[in-house]
Amino acid sequence: MADLTTDFLGIKSPNPFWLASAPPTDKEYNVRRAYEAGWGGVVWKTLGEAGPPVVNVSGPRYGAIHGPDRRLLGLNNIELITDRPLEVNLEEIARVKADYPDRALVVSLMVPYDEKAWQEILARVEETNADGVELNFGCPHGMAERGMGSAVGQVPEYVEQITRWVKKHYQRPCIVKLTPNITNILAPARAAKNGGADAVSLINTINSITSVDLDNMAPEPTIDGMGTHGGYCGPAVKPIAMNMVAEIARSPDTAGLPISGIGGVTTWRDAAEFMALGAGNVQVCTAAMTYGFKVVQEMISGLSQWMDEKGHKSTADFVGAAVPKVTDWQNLNLDYVTKAEIDQDLCIKCGRCFAACEDTSHQAIAMSEDRTFTVKDEECVACNLCVNVCPVEGCITMRELKPGEVDPRTGMTIPEDKRTWLQHPNNPGADPLACIVRGQ
Amino acid sequence: MSQDAHAPGIASGRLTAEEYAANFADLHPPLSDHEALVAADRCYFCHDAPCMGACPTTIDIPLFIRQIATHTPEAAARTILTQNILGGMCARVCPVETLCEEACVRMSAEDDPVEIGRLQRFATDRLMAAGPQPFERAAPTGKRIAVVGAGPAGLSCAHRLAMYGHEVTLYDARPKPGGLNEYGIASYKAVDGFAAREVEWLLDIGGITLELGKALGKDLSLDALTEEYDAVFLGLGLTDTNKLGISGEDLEGVVDAVDWIAGLRQAEDPATVPVGRNVVVIGGGMTAIDAAVQAKLLGAESVTLAYRRRREDMPASRFEQDLAASKGVCLLFNATPAEIRGGGAVAEIEFTRTGTDARFTLTADQVMKAIGQKLGDTLGLETDGRKIAVNGTGRTSREGVWAGGDCASGGEDLTVTAVAEGRDAAEDIHATLMGEG
Repeated sequence: MADLTTDFLGIKSPNPFWLASAPPTDKEYNVRRAYEAGWGGVVWKTLGEAGPPVVNVSGPRYGAIHGPDRRLLGLNNIELITDRPLEVNLEEIARVKADYPDRALVVSLMVPYDEKAWQEILARVEETNADGVELNFGCPHGMAERGMGSAVGQVPEYVEQITRWVKKHYQRPCIVKLTPNITNILAPARAAKNGGADAVSLINTINSITSVDLDNMAPEPTIDGMGTHGGYCGPAVKPIAMNMVAEIARSPDTAGLPISGIGGVTTWRDAAEFMALGAGNVQVCTAAMTYGFKVVQEMISGLSQWMDEKGHKSTADFVGAAVPKVTDWQNLNLDYVTKAEIDQDLCIKCGRCFAACEDTSHQAIAMSEDRTFTVKDEECVACNLCVNVCPVEGCITMRELKPGEVDPRTGMTIPEDKRTWLQHPNNPGADPLACIVRGQ
Repeated sequence: MSQDAHAPGIASGRLTAEEYAANFADLHPPLSDHEALVAADRCYFCHDAPCMGACPTTIDIPLFIRQIATHTPEAAARTILTQNILGGMCARVCPVETLCEEACVRMSAEDDPVEIGRLQRFATDRLMAAGPQPFERAAPTGKRIAVVGAGPAGLSCAHRLAMYGHEVTLYDARPKPGGLNEYGIASYKAVDGFAAREVEWLLDIGGITLELGKALGKDLSLDALTEEYDAVFLGLGLTDTNKLGISGEDLEGVVDAVDWIAGLRQAEDPATVPVGRNVVVIGGGMTAIDAAVQAKLLGAESVTLAYRRRREDMPASRFEQDLAASKGVCLLFNATPAEIRGGGAVAEIEFTRTGTDARFTLTADQVMKAIGQKLGDTLGLETDGRKIAVNGTGRTSREGVWAGGDCASGGEDLTVTAVAEGRDAAEDIHATLMGEG
């Protein structure tokens, strides 16, 4: 049985599955239930300044995107940071940490852009014996209007400055949580690193309107006839999050900066993918909010089984393993050719591959009278759309043409060596690197 | 069970009111909103969908299911009704297991099709509950058409012709319109007077004058109709039944299943319908199944469905066979009726094992014959030997006369086939009368 124990910035947890700072971690009751269910760690829901807490709306806080059978694919929220008094939260954090010393407990923080404000709250957090802090520079709704959350995260100078203050006034690890609502994730990541951050966590939620109530002509969730943009999360955002994680992991100036991966982690496989792209652990919210804390059991058993199958002894064995394979488009081998192949035994003859290819792609699938679907190699550009729309897993696959084989579409014999755009005769640019900016 | 449950001979009131109510409730209860959404989500929206090809009326099934999934069941119903104005009834009575649902790719995938029939019912129920039939009549053409037979073929034809602005007179020999929808199919497939409601809803398009109690050959003649109208459509159905041709066929207690079913369908209360204690149904089609199942549901102690060939030869689908078995009907194969015996009333029926000399006898106080129906008067029209000969659009050998449904050649004797044939004949009549044919 693989060892899932994770050491992230010296913070030990029995597994890499942490609950992200969010409603599931807003109070002692939930966090105790999470630990009992098996979660390796928790980032406590964001604390604000002492004094009267923020006030949340009392209408709906969430909007959703559903897939078939009402599977929740994306969730958006307009909830603010904790609306419970600071004192209550701090007392609970101290109690929980004392009772669960083997679990990670990191406290998320968001106070105004003022060194004193940060200094004061950090001192209070330090007293709880929590393992570290996470700076919430991400929430795109509500708090951003008050100069916090993503309003900070979108200005690298602010990110760097606050990180410096935190490192100056707090001894334990500092994780900077990044907002994806920015053109290039590398700018705030560099700023966090320059400010002394021990790690970054990403992504926070994406600014969004999930739906419009067509009767009331208002965005949802609708509060007394009006709506506002909220933060989007869940399975739908995973691809966006993974790209940002990978960009930080592979960029020379940020490579090596520890990353806590967040964004749509729903299964053990999602977690393994984030970690392969450089995340030392993952944080989960929507999956827990959708299915309850028990989902972590599948994450633990699945990751463990996969690690055993692959011979990984610890999570460190594969963290970042896919990073060297993430490259710029221009480095892709243009002489690499594959062709779609349809397994006739698995095919259920729905014809979706045909419709997709015939209507929207390269007319590379033939349909016979008896609904047998076959790939026309002379037309197939290997776009993969048929694979993606096929309802049967494994029915359509891509076959790689070996060196020496001829691509019937182009007549080209597959060479032994590779040729990228940089070597391609059609490339007119003497210096094609000049116009390419990493991460965009 | 009531005290008369085991009364010998043919008797009514064998069950309690609760038992009758339960036995004659909807065979496939309607889908709830939630069930419909879950069921609709399973559709893959196939290209050139096999289900659509398997539907005799070629309903765009993937489209209507997507319309249900996107919360527009009324639009889904219009998709259905455009192809099949009796989509509500077909959703209830179609043998979907041998049509659309058999062709569903989910059968290949997991042997469990999308519930197309129930989804069709969901959509059409929704639209019918919301208001009148959704089609408008075109400007009057001044053309007059006689449609003879107000069953599925005639109704479908009449509605389509009315849509095009023609004036239709719809004749039927019976006191109520609907044909087999009203008098034939099993009660538990069209509960709550659905057949009558659907006809009323359909006729609301206007331009259709209903003339009931008028039988061709008695009250009407084809010559007079062709004289008076611009075109004639015959949707007569099959009015005669086949005979067993064995001794004892005339004994009391030997009935035609179609007549017995018609009586049951028209009964206000199933408790008033007499049924034997030991019933034997002869035949292997849908009528045989419907008679056998309903005899059992009326409280018959034993019901045996005897079919002269093998199970795999049986015209009734496996679903229908299993339905009968689940209700307690005993299915007997390779049994050829040889003689019905009794003193005045039927007491037993003797069979041979088909193709052998082996004989066996079953006790029976009621024998229902369901060995097929046939055309009555051929009206001087050419036939294919059994039915009125028609081309692909329902034209008969006589100019100006079209035919469709069970009385016409080609197609299976299904409601949905009749609807398709009535519709297609209407299209051809319209094109012909308007000079496009």
